Amino acid sequence: MKKISKLSTIYLIVMFFILYAPIFYLMFYSFNSGETMYQFESFTLDWYKELFGNTRLLIIVLNTAIIALLSATISTILGVAGALAIYYARRRRVKNTLLSLNNVLIVSPDVIIGASFLILFTMIGIKLGFISVLLAHIAFSVPIVVIMVLPKIEEMNTSMIYAALDLGASRWNVLTKVILPYITPGIFAGFFMALTYSLDDFAVTFFVTGNGFTTLSVEIYSLARRGVSLNINALSSLLFVFTMLLVVGYYFITKRNNRPNRLGVRQ
Amino acid sequence: MKTRSRNIYLIPYVIWIALFVVTPILLVLYYSFFDIDGQFTFENYKKFFTPVYLKMTFSSFWYAFLITVITLFISYPTAYLLTKTKHKQLWLLLIIIPSWINLLLKAYAFIGIFGTYGAANSFLGIIGIGSKQILFTDFSFIFVSVYIFLPFMILPIFNALDELNPSLVDASNDLGASRWTTFQRVIFPLTLDGVKSGCQIVFIPALSLFMLTRLISGNRVITLGTAIEQHFLVTQDWGMGATIAVFLIIAMVLIMVLTGKRKRGIL
Repeated sequence: MKKISKLSTIYLIVMFFILYAPIFYLMFYSFNSGETMYQFESFTLDWYKELFGNTRLLIIVLNTAIIALLSATISTILGVAGALAIYYARRRRVKNTLLSLNNVLIVSPDVIIGASFLILFTMIGIKLGFISVLLAHIAFSVPIVVIMVLPKIEEMNTSMIYAALDLGASRWNVLTKVILPYITPGIFAGFFMALTYSLDDFAVTFFVTGNGFTTLSVEIYSLARRGVSLNINALSSLLFVFTMLLVVGYYFITKRNNRPNRLGVRQ
Repeated sequence: MKTRSRNIYLIPYVIWIALFVVTPILLVLYYSFFDIDGQFTFENYKKFFTPVYLKMTFSSFWYAFLITVITLFISYPTAYLLTKTKHKQLWLLLIIIPSWINLLLKAYAFIGIFGTYGAANSFLGIIGIGSKQILFTDFSFIFVSVYIFLPFMILPIFNALDELNPSLVDASNDLGASRWTTFQRVIFPLTLDGVKSGCQIVFIPALSLFMLTRLISGNRVITLGTAIEQHFLVTQDWGMGATIAVFLIIAMVLIMVLTGKRKRGIL
C-alpha cells in the first residue's frame, strides 16, 4: 500500500484534534480557580473538593452505579436466555421474527423508547422512580446483550452438545458445563455493553425518572441548562478517567475473545 | 432436537418482547387517538397536518439530512485514511473513545467553547473576524450534532473499507482506471453497505435528539424529538406527543427499509 501523503496526515490530525479538543477543554477548566470556562486564573483543586463534599451528588453517583450494575446483571441473564431461545428456534421464520423484534429497541430513537415506557409504566401503575428507571434500563439493554452473545453461540460446534447429551448429561449440565463456559467471553462483552449503555443513557431515564430520583446524566442536564458551573467540569474529568478504565477493561475482554478456547475446541 | 418442549429459554425472552417491545408501540398508537382530556378523537392527526406541525416536521428532516450529509462527507475520507495507517485498530479505537463519553458532557463542553467569551470566539477575534453569536444558532446545532455523530459514521465505513479486497483496487489500477474512477466504480459501490448503515445510525437520532436542541440551539431548532418531549413532559398533552411519535416511528421504518441491507441470513 502507498504511504500516506502529508495532506492526509494533516486531515487525520485535524480530525483527532476536533474529536478530543472539547473533552480536554472541559478537563482543563476543571482546574480553574475562576468561575468561568473562558478565563483561566490559576490552578486549583477546589472544584474536586467541592464535588466530594457534595453529598447529594455522591448519592446520585451511587444511584447511577446501582442502576447500572443491577440492570446490566439482570439484562445479561435475560439476554443470554434470549440468545439461547433464538439459537434453539429451529424454524427460520421464528428465528427471523425474534431477531427483528429484538432489534426494534436498538434502532428506536431514545425519545420513542422513553415516551412509550412512560405510558407503559403509568398504565401498569408503577411509580416513577428507582423501579421504573431500573426496568427501563433492563429493557433496552437486553437486545444489546443478545446481539453480543448470539454470534458466540452460533459459532459453537453443535456436536459438542450432542456429545454431552450422549454421555448422559442432563439439559442443565449441558447448559452449565458446555454452553456457558464456551460463551463466557460473549457474556462478559454483553455485560460491559449493557453497563455502558446504562451509564450513558439520558433520554430514556429523563422520561421515566419522575421527581425525587435522579441519575448522573439527568443531573448533568439540569445543571447544564442553568449554565456553566465548573463543578460539571470536575465531574466530567472524573467520568472521562472512569470511561477510559472501562474501555481498557472492554479491550482486554474482547482480546480474550480472540484467544483460543480453553477446551481447544475451536482448532 | 425437538422444538417447542425444549425451548424453555423462550419464556422469559418472549415475556420481555411482549412487555417492552410490542406493548409500548401499541400503547403509543392507542394514545395518539386521545386528546388531552382523555376523549377519543382523530383531532391529533388533523392537527399534525396543519402548517405548524408540517413545517416543524419538514425542518426536522432538513436538519437531519444536513447533519447526515456533512457527517458522511467528513467521515468517509477519515475512515479511508484510517485504513491506510499502521496500527489501524488502535487509531480506530481512539476515534471510537469519544463516543463513549457521556453525550451531555460533550454538549456542555460546547456551551463553554461557543459561549460569548469562549474559545471559538477568541479564535475568531484573533483571525480578525471578531466575535459572533455562535451558541443558540442553527450553526452550533449542526456543528455539535456532526461532532457527536462522527464516530458512529466512521465505524461502519471503516469496517466496510477494511473488508474490501485490496486486489480489486490493484486490478482496477492495472486496467488503467484513474484514481477517481477506481473510487467511483470500485471502492464506493463495495462500501455502500457501510455508508448505508452509517447514515441510518446518524439520521434517526438526528431526528430525535432533544437535549441538543435544548442545550445548544436554545429552542431555535425544534426537531420531532423536541416536540415529543415537549408534549409529554411539559404540556402533558400525551395524545399529541404520541401522534408525533407515531409519525417518527413511520419515518424510522421507512428509513430502515430504504437503507436496508441485502439479507445475508442470520448474522
